[in-house]
Amino acid sequence: MSKEPSFFTTRLGDAIGWARKFSIFQYPFVTACCGMEYMATACSHYDVDRFGAGFPRFSPRQADVLFVVGTISHKMAPVLTQIHDQMAEPKWVVAFGVCTCTGGFYDNYATVMGIDTIMPVDVYIPGCPPRPEFVLDGLMKLQDKIQDEHSSGKRPAPEARPDSLEV
Amino acid sequence: MDATTTQAGGSANLETRDMMLNIGPAHPAMHGIIRVVAKLDGEQIEAADVDIGYLHRGFEKMSENVDFNGVMPYTDRLNYVSPLINNVGYCMAVEKLIGLQVPERCHYIRVIVSEISRITDHLTCVGAAAMELGAFTVFLYMIKAREYLWELVEKVTGARLTVSYCRIGGVKADLPDEFAGPCAEAFKETRKVIAEAHSLLTRNRIFVDRMEGTGVISQEDAIAYGITGPFLRSTGSEYDVRKDCPYAVYDQIDFDVAVGSKGDNMDRYLVRMEEMEQSMRIVEAAFEQMPGGPVLVNPETGRPISASEMVDLAKLGDIDAVAGGCAVTGPTLDGAGRDEHSSIATDEKRAFLPPKEDTYGNIEGLMRQFKLVMHGHGVRPPVGEAYFPVEGANGELGFYVVSDGAGYAYRVRVRGPCFAIMTALSKLLVGGSLADMTPTFGSVNMIGGELDR
Amino acid sequence: MNTTDLIDAVKTRFPDAVTASHDFRGDATVILQRHAVLEVAQFLKDEPVLAMNLLVDLSVVDYSTFGEQASRAFFASSGVPLKPSPLIEDEAPWPGPPEGGRFAVVYHFYSTGHKHRLRLVVPVEEGVDDLDSVTTLWPVADWLEREAWDMFGVSFRGHPNLKRILMYEGFEGHPLRKDYPVNKRQPLIGPLN
Repeated sequence: MSKEPSFFTTRLGDAIGWARKFSIFQYPFVTACCGMEYMATACSHYDVDRFGAGFPRFSPRQADVLFVVGTISHKMAPVLTQIHDQMAEPKWVVAFGVCTCTGGFYDNYATVMGIDTIMPVDVYIPGCPPRPEFVLDGLMKLQDKIQDEHSSGKRPAPEARPDSLEV
Repeated sequence: MDATTTQAGGSANLETRDMMLNIGPAHPAMHGIIRVVAKLDGEQIEAADVDIGYLHRGFEKMSENVDFNGVMPYTDRLNYVSPLINNVGYCMAVEKLIGLQVPERCHYIRVIVSEISRITDHLTCVGAAAMELGAFTVFLYMIKAREYLWELVEKVTGARLTVSYCRIGGVKADLPDEFAGPCAEAFKETRKVIAEAHSLLTRNRIFVDRMEGTGVISQEDAIAYGITGPFLRSTGSEYDVRKDCPYAVYDQIDFDVAVGSKGDNMDRYLVRMEEMEQSMRIVEAAFEQMPGGPVLVNPETGRPISASEMVDLAKLGDIDAVAGGCAVTGPTLDGAGRDEHSSIATDEKRAFLPPKEDTYGNIEGLMRQFKLVMHGHGVRPPVGEAYFPVEGANGELGFYVVSDGAGYAYRVRVRGPCFAIMTALSKLLVGGSLADMTPTFGSVNMIGGELDR
Repeated sequence: MNTTDLIDAVKTRFPDAVTASHDFRGDATVILQRHAVLEVAQFLKDEPVLAMNLLVDLSVVDYSTFGEQASRAFFASSGVPLKPSPLIEDEAPWPGPPEGGRFAVVYHFYSTGHKHRLRLVVPVEEGVDDLDSVTTLWPVADWLEREAWDMFGVSFRGHPNLKRILMYEGFEGHPLRKDYPVNKRQPLIGPLN
């Protein structure tokens, strides 16, 4: 959007952002225990369908948000990046659960210490596993981000990963 | 392999090849991540190569690097749909190694929470299996029932899923005062849900056609593959660790073991549904038989002061304000106080933490806490090895613990029941059609945390 | 059968192969030389009075750093070891790690008919290649032995498909060995972190 935004393009940007944020097609990349809380959030008690995100698309080509749910091991990491690459823009990534944020307490030979080492992440939802209310909070932050991106036309740059994570 | 030669109007000129289909690690069934490379002849599966290890998180290596009680959160995440059973199994293995006896009420508490965990596991398994066959409503109903049970678990342990409730020598806290009431309510709802699921599935033509006769395994094969649990019981064997090698107080509780006959997916579904009912029966019997609640020790005379305040005042040197007071802990430590301590914990000072009123209130309690918690100290079992099997939701869950007298375990080995079932998966799939893979894999109840550890 | 009868049944049949036995905490345990593994396993499975039809578990313990951690006494300062609770019968303390090798392959057997258990411990040195696989008797040993190979590097003769199962091809080393550091990562993609 290089030309100066006018009244109509900002309104249009807002409208597209509003439409996109309430029709999230998620790809739930479920691996481990967080998957149980993901199921709980998606089902009737904590219903994620009221946010428009109720219909998971089990093909990365048809999805726009990649929910990485559960520990990613080094054996699984290439598969995850392949799926992320298969998704078309605009796409967002949610790191669900502390194993995907920073590796959790599995600081060992087998686990990727945070998926932001291998792909850009938009929202981090820590918790082991996060309660469904917390997941919905993260989802709402994602929605704000989606709205902003379309209103402003700029994708916020990912935060730099701190250098010293060695204990 | 050639196609059929009876094509109308032609000789067998068609050349066919088997197709290799990679049913990859990320697949829509919400069971976790495994990879099946299937060799297909049309829709028939000729060969299936199963590839696991995508969720290997190094449980056994981590447990050599944290102290004995520190392994508890790792055990939660083994079979994450029934975490309390893993907790109980690990604790009982270490207690067997040490030679500790826990109070009887503690055994009853462990039985109750194990059975509630078992019900949540079967609900998830049957719900997910039904969802994959298209019965999405059943999945929603079962997750609804699971929410009620998770609320119960949260009342007792403080967390819904990853609970870390048991400790070496006891449990973290006693059951809340009014627990039988909410438990009965939750069971009423669960029974309603199970009845609804029965009415929707058990005589449903589509469900029965897809489940009956698929994924058949004989009893000899099942035992040869080391399969235990509902999978083995669906073939006709009656092996249940709770009956054959009873632990905790299972030998004092009357319950039945559900046994199938044909070893197909339908039998496994029916066995699991029946087991849920039996689990509820066990919990209700346990409530009746459980020995009395907290034993009231002599209440310490003095004004109650909140424990944190007491510590702060003492640190500032304000001993007069503290003298004559007795420490009272906050709601997160409900059920772990001095009153309940004798009913939830072994009285071995060298294994179990003191009640928090003692930690904050007197020097002996503080020393006991220090000796168990600080780095370099901790529970130190004698040198030896012990194997303890419990009945997990998928079968015999065994913990083999080797200790060399240090504060950390030397080796902790988990015998996960679904590892054995997955060895048989290729045998179960071969000969069936690709569509039969869905119900078979659903009834295997593969839990990645337990399979790959 | 109780534990002494179980151990005696194996000892009388294979007097040369059995090097030691004990029943610490009520678990019947027999320590065996590795050349006799397949024979003993066949005997355990076929003998009607034992009928060990279920191979419960097959795992490996690396005894190379046994006892090298901090103090052995229960309370280092007081020097008082923990005694078993009086409800458990008085038995001899554990005889110690089995002699004869760095690794010990531990087999757990169960009989669904007679409801008894037995543990077989087979000490194995590093790099040994004449330990027989029991896959022909119990198919579950296929994956269990693959895991033993993957995690410890213990190989089994006659195994149909001995390759890595939990780790990926290209991973070097055997992670559960005591000399493999816990957080030495070998990522396929991404930084070493």
